Amino acid sequence: MRKCQIRDLGRMSYGEALGIQQQLASERKQGRGADHLLFVEHPHVVTMGRNSHAENLLAPAGVLQQQGIELYETDRGGDVTYHGPGQVVAYPIMDLREWKRDVGAFLRAIEQVVIDTLEEFGIAAQRIPKLTGVWVGVDHADAAGAAKVAAIGVHLSRWVSTHGWALNVATDLRYFQYIVPCGLTKPVTSMEALGVHAGALEVKQALSRHFGRIFDFEMQGEWLQ
Amino acid sequence: MTDVVMPQMGESIVEGTLTKWLKKAGDTVERDEPLFEISTDKVDTEIPAPASGVLTEVLVQEGETVGVNAIVARISEAGSVAAAPVAPPVVVAAAPPAPVVAAPAPVAPAPVEEVSAGPVGPLSPLVRKMARENNIDLSKVTGTGAGGRIVREDVDAYMRTQAVPVAAVVAAVVATPAPVAAPVAAALLTTAATPKAPVAPVAQPGPTAKTRVEPMSNMRQKIAEHMVMSKRTSAHVTTVHRVDMTRVAKMRAKHKEDFAARYGMSLTFLPFVARATVEALRTFPLLNASIDGTNIIFHNDINVGIAVALDGGLIVPVIRNADEKNVLGLQRSIVDLASRARAKQLKPDEIQGGTFSITNFGSFGSVFATPVINQPQVAILGVGTVEKVPVVIDDAIAIRSQCFLALTFDHRLIDGALGDQFTAKVKSVLENWSEEIL
Repeated sequence: MRKCQIRDLGRMSYGEALGIQQQLASERKQGRGADHLLFVEHPHVVTMGRNSHAENLLAPAGVLQQQGIELYETDRGGDVTYHGPGQVVAYPIMDLREWKRDVGAFLRAIEQVVIDTLEEFGIAAQRIPKLTGVWVGVDHADAAGAAKVAAIGVHLSRWVSTHGWALNVATDLRYFQYIVPCGLTKPVTSMEALGVHAGALEVKQALSRHFGRIFDFEMQGEWLQ
Repeated sequence: MTDVVMPQMGESIVEGTLTKWLKKAGDTVERDEPLFEISTDKVDTEIPAPASGVLTEVLVQEGETVGVNAIVARISEAGSVAAAPVAPPVVVAAAPPAPVVAAPAPVAPAPVEEVSAGPVGPLSPLVRKMARENNIDLSKVTGTGAGGRIVREDVDAYMRTQAVPVAAVVAAVVATPAPVAAPVAAALLTTAATPKAPVAPVAQPGPTAKTRVEPMSNMRQKIAEHMVMSKRTSAHVTTVHRVDMTRVAKMRAKHKEDFAARYGMSLTFLPFVARATVEALRTFPLLNASIDGTNIIFHNDINVGIAVALDGGLIVPVIRNADEKNVLGLQRSIVDLASRARAKQLKPDEIQGGTFSITNFGSFGSVFATPVINQPQVAILGVGTVEKVPVVIDDAIAIRSQCFLALTFDHRLIDGALGDQFTAKVKSVLENWSEEIL
């Protein structure tokens, strides 16, 4: 069975974590190193993906700076997003050639990992066709009233993935006011806002379990046992 | 010669957007070296060169979306006789063997009529999908791709010249089948990736022999998005004040020649208006603010955006710390930013961080207009053309230089009275101009 190494980076700046991702991805591309699932919690940061539209950043860079929010242009897919305390960010660094060479399947599988994890905590989450991410409150056919609980954005180079997903566990949602998340005008929510008070560790453990099951990995990490 | 194609990134992926060329035409490339980047949904991918050689042709520009297997570039192996390597690892699935042609997409409704693909050579999934959904006999379509291969544009062109037969699925939905053909074709032409668009039973203007379909440029799309977003965000109100520019006009006339001789640029009315605007922004800081949820963000810096018309669009470069500049400094910034905007040489931070905008539609002869707020700002000042008009002063008729200033403000934050006080302040500075120019 393929093995995946879990590493918890703790609280780490976006730039530093990106450096670690790139290092691991570069080793992976050269056929060395292992597949990894990194967990990290970033200090306040707004990141802009390659498809970012400047108008989805609602505050001038100076205002973000005043609020202690870093601004980062990055190479992941997707539009603008926010990361900060209370959010569990997961970066799978894996070679998709050893799983499926299919970006659609990769995104759907990540969504499933989060959906199955949330189910453990009693939250019924869903997909919305064509709106990658994990949503709650998808009651209507037109997804009115839906709110996004996890955002996804990925970069691939030679089928080795970097970036990943961000699940709002107890994120201070006010920070999303500075952006139009992913260029969508739908609201953002968190597990806490949905009435579920979960610890970051138990969420990470559940995510790791479901990640291993769905991607067919034997997960290796100190706190998993 | 090796064709570089849009790779197959997964079963459900029928097209991708080329976001960035990492090499340009004429560059030498090494096999497996990153050549371009594509974006599909939430995934960005670097695509390596399939062969070493010289990138001779770039067929797809940044921002364009093309179907899987579409040829995006060509690499010629300089001086090498070795056969091109089949494909790099990442695009192994890129060239599907012939039998795949007949595979029906799992979700699509059963085709009404089998599309014969035999004589027309290899087809991309996108072309097959378009043919299936529109019941097009591909043997009647002329291919213009490599080796006469049929590409998306060929199907588009064919549909434009043909009355597209109404597909059975569509006929079942719509009672009166006559007017459907055009909307169906229209829905398809916008993007093949869109799910079956709801077909309105009313006739809409669709592509016919009398129309021409052209994709919007990236800039156009962004302007469109921004304008609608702004209208949706702010409660737009416009107030218009009449301003006597005679004093400024005299000042300008007096210094025009010296100014041009000394600084190599002409002195226009715009820096005077900008200078007066800065004064008013200092007096009424709420006009130099933004809205953040239920908070008001006051900006300490006064960064004034100046709308510049470009071929096929507009851009609003920003004069930073405009309050630290006199008329000369403002004129210099305006000329510099406008000329570099037209030459597409603005740096990203020169179009960001504006706290208020000015648009000078007067230069095109407009007397006044109702501009759209440049988000996340809360107001924009429109400057009408300056012209001589007869004016009644002390019951006598005089000839004065005059213009209209139109302030559009966000009524969520700024009340009508404040909007008028602000504009009156701009007017007052201009009418009582006292600053020296040279």
